[in-house]
Amino acid sequence: MQFFFEVLIGGLLSGIMYSLVALGFVLIFKASGVFNFAQGAMVYLAALSVVGCMEKGAPIWLAVILAFLVMVVFGVLTERIVLRRMVNQSPISLFMATIGLAFFVQGAAPLLWGNQPRGLDIGLVDEPIPYILDTFGIVVSRFDLAAAGIAAALVLVLALFFQYTRVGRALRAVADDHQAAMSIGIPLQHIWVMVWGVAGFVALVAGMLWGARNGVQFALTFAALKALPVLILGGFTSVPGAIVGGLIIGASEKLAEIYLPPLMQGVLEGNFGGIEGWFPYVLALVFLLVRPEGLFGEKHIDRV
Amino acid sequence: MFYRETGQFKTSYGADQQIFPIRQDRIGVGLVLAVAFLVVPALAGEYWFNAILTPFLIFALAALGLNILTGYAGQLSLGSAAFMAVGAYAAYNFQLRVEGIPILVSFICAGLTAAGVGILFGLPSLRIKGFYLAVATLAAQFFIVWCLTKFPWLSNNSSSGVISTPTVKILGYVFDGARDKYLLVLAIVSVMALMAKNMVRSKTGRSWMAVRDMDVAAEVIGIPLLRTKLLAFAVSSFYCGVAGALYAFCYLGSVEPDGFSLDLSFHILFMIIIGGVGSILGSFLGAAFILLLPILLDVLLPELSSLLHLQLQGSTVSHIQTMVFGALIMFFLVVEPHGLARLWQIAKEKLRLWPFPH
Amino acid sequence: MARQIGDVILDLKNISLRFGGVRALTDISFDVKEHEVRAIIGPNGAGKSSMLNVINGVYRPQEGEIIFRGEHRHNMNTHIASAAGIARTFQNIALFKGMSVLDNLMSGRTLKMKANFLQHALWWGAARNEELAHRAKVEEVIDFLEIEHIRKTPVGRLPYGLQKRVELGRALAAEPSMLLLDEPMAGMNVEEKQDMCRFILDVNDHFGTTIVLIEHDMGVVMDISDRVVVLDYGKKIGDGTPDEVKNNPEVISAYLGTQH
Ligand SMILES: Nc1ncnc2c1ncn2[C@@H]1O[C@H](COP(=O)(O)OP(=O)(O)OP(=O)(O)O)[C@@H](O)[C@H]1O
Ligand SMILES: [Mg+2]
Repeated sequence: MQFFFEVLIGGLLSGIMYSLVALGFVLIFKASGVFNFAQGAMVYLAALSVVGCMEKGAPIWLAVILAFLVMVVFGVLTERIVLRRMVNQSPISLFMATIGLAFFVQGAAPLLWGNQPRGLDIGLVDEPIPYILDTFGIVVSRFDLAAAGIAAALVLVLALFFQYTRVGRALRAVADDHQAAMSIGIPLQHIWVMVWGVAGFVALVAGMLWGARNGVQFALTFAALKALPVLILGGFTSVPGAIVGGLIIGASEKLAEIYLPPLMQGVLEGNFGGIEGWFPYVLALVFLLVRPEGLFGEKHIDRV
Repeated sequence: MFYRETGQFKTSYGADQQIFPIRQDRIGVGLVLAVAFLVVPALAGEYWFNAILTPFLIFALAALGLNILTGYAGQLSLGSAAFMAVGAYAAYNFQLRVEGIPILVSFICAGLTAAGVGILFGLPSLRIKGFYLAVATLAAQFFIVWCLTKFPWLSNNSSSGVISTPTVKILGYVFDGARDKYLLVLAIVSVMALMAKNMVRSKTGRSWMAVRDMDVAAEVIGIPLLRTKLLAFAVSSFYCGVAGALYAFCYLGSVEPDGFSLDLSFHILFMIIIGGVGSILGSFLGAAFILLLPILLDVLLPELSSLLHLQLQGSTVSHIQTMVFGALIMFFLVVEPHGLARLWQIAKEKLRLWPFPH
Repeated sequence: MARQIGDVILDLKNISLRFGGVRALTDISFDVKEHEVRAIIGPNGAGKSSMLNVINGVYRPQEGEIIFRGEHRHNMNTHIASAAGIARTFQNIALFKGMSVLDNLMSGRTLKMKANFLQHALWWGAARNEELAHRAKVEEVIDFLEIEHIRKTPVGRLPYGLQKRVELGRALAAEPSMLLLDEPMAGMNVEEKQDMCRFILDVNDHFGTTIVLIEHDMGVVMDISDRVVVLDYGKKIGDGTPDEVKNNPEVISAYLGTQH
């Protein structure tokens, strides 16, 4: 039973990291209707920029600021060069364009900063927390807990930002109605750039946390693939959905990884590890068949 | 001057509904086929068959399959490579386990197996659309590749799922040279392309496009949405499955599940974006483009860097390649969303008026 | 007129339809007789489009009964409706944008075509003959609507008025016994409207097609319809001949915008 809780907690904590990446998707989707497949590549770019700047001698706080600037410039260029010219195209075309964007970034980022895997030290160590180990006999990583705390703080900050700032309100308005947003007096293009900036910031935080945990390497781009089932589960437009979805996916995939293979081996010969790769997707798919509008979405009937 | 519609009056709807209503197009297609079947085999060398022509045809077939689903029926799929894998492994197992099964029959069975799996993963399209469905197809991508790695029976207990295909033999004739295999692939691809063209110009294709363009209106007309989408999934997966079987049997000879990665799925998607979404010709143009571009870069980049006195690492070339792919995708989507096929059409229209543009 | 208005073929009883908290239709009953032109009018948001959507099964009402050709149903579905010969056009043109005019019209005949995809793939005799036979039928519609010159044009490139006409063509290609038209003349100039009126009356006249139409142009409605039903805020406030409706005080106040 202790083991079960250990797995569960580990899963929930890593789930928060998925939520973080999913949040980047949700922000952009809400504001511009673009499903940004390049979010994972952005995580990679952000993390690489941080270590790249640090290698050039910048202290970490400066590296973070510089990396954030890189992300903002990236957002502006994406909006100017690609998205603005595609306003009349179907959402699927925009989605495919972001796949192209992801490839572009995956090629360009290592050209810019070098492609060898590197570590990133943000002052957190991956070791069990003694207090919890002593009292409950459960291993909970200090790193995971701190990362989860940071992620949770970020989510809170974003929620406050959307609720209480003028820009934040405009961003929410644009999600509901482009016309209404323009009447607030903020040009749509500025709003998009801002959203990409915020999404870049989220990617930066996610990139640093993931990079510090697993090293800054190409595999960071797979962050996007982890976040997609989270989105299906939580809905593309719901911030709470992204968070709850991340927790569910994180917990269930870890539990499945531990408990499913022995079950399968009972029936069939073989070694069935690596379930993590597809389990979240199949879970999300099954869930969709039961509730196509997602956890927090509303039932919608097409208007004709 | 010579590309003209004038003087070719259609006197029946039959003549107007021919597969290529303009005579010059008919001649053109005939010429291409003649060159492909007769001239190329006489001239091309081993390298051309192995590295360019055969893979080109196979990828064109896979792109055609994806184009049916995404270009015609409007259901974006990110799992085409997985359906190729199903085809490859199914063909292998039919050959292995069914005594005396002719190879062509096992290719067809491979396609049918892929079609079955395609229908399974297409079922969610009943309830979800757009991105949701695209993400759902990723489930197919990961799940199928995982199964092929983890169930040893599927690869006859070989380590990490690698399979080596037997020789290809039809009616006692052994296809072992590169040229033989090219011709076999060419024949299969030609027939299947023709069938695809026939499907998309008849009720089947119209129903797909109707579902793509406006599903509510399609339903009101009496087009059953789920059946139509599932048919698109099935036919598309059949094409990808056969392409996968050819990929294993006539191109690589030995494949492993990880070879059918998400990356390959993306490349097939790129083929149809660049070639032309919703165009049979586009599938071929796109496949050629995506296949030739890396070869071109491999040749050009070292030249360029030595010209500029730069050091060029192996990884740099591959990064540049990825970057160029990405940039091209965005470029085409922004500038010419209908891809090379559209450019070709525009060129033809210009030609029709040439030399008097008004 | 040569046509003879027949018996009731469509009878709607106590239909109520809600979207979440929005009551789009509340307890609406009316009927449609064979061969007649039946108009539905009402201010914006009155529930007119929703009414058509209930008739051919795009929306499912929470309450009520639909009796079509003697068969009682709680709600229609699009499949039964199309198979029973109900065709329609939409308020916001719902053509297949990527297809040519010809293909759009051909798609209207989908239900009448029997060949399967394998026969199509092989361009088997039956499939080919079928395509040609239906092409001939579609050409009749093309002649009737005078759109020969744009046969091969992708509909996305056509001006609005012509698109509306093509959409009517797609519905006509199905040779429907009942035609539902959602604001077929909205956004047209006078000349285009006249053409459209002529087409609608011709269809009704020659083929005896029953027509249910939504239209905002009162002149047109009074001219071409046999009976009119008036909706306001999802409720029926009037029903009768154009003259009766014109003089109904409730209708007048709804249109003049007085408070109820
Ligand atoms: N699919 C839907 N989902 C939610 N609400 C809907 C839907 N369709 C219609 N409604 C609502 O039902 C009410 C009636 O709408 P409907 O489109 O039937 O009106 P209408 O009479 O056709 O108006 P108009 O003249 O503007 O076309 C409106 O309040 C509308 O917002
Ligand atoms: Mg309406």
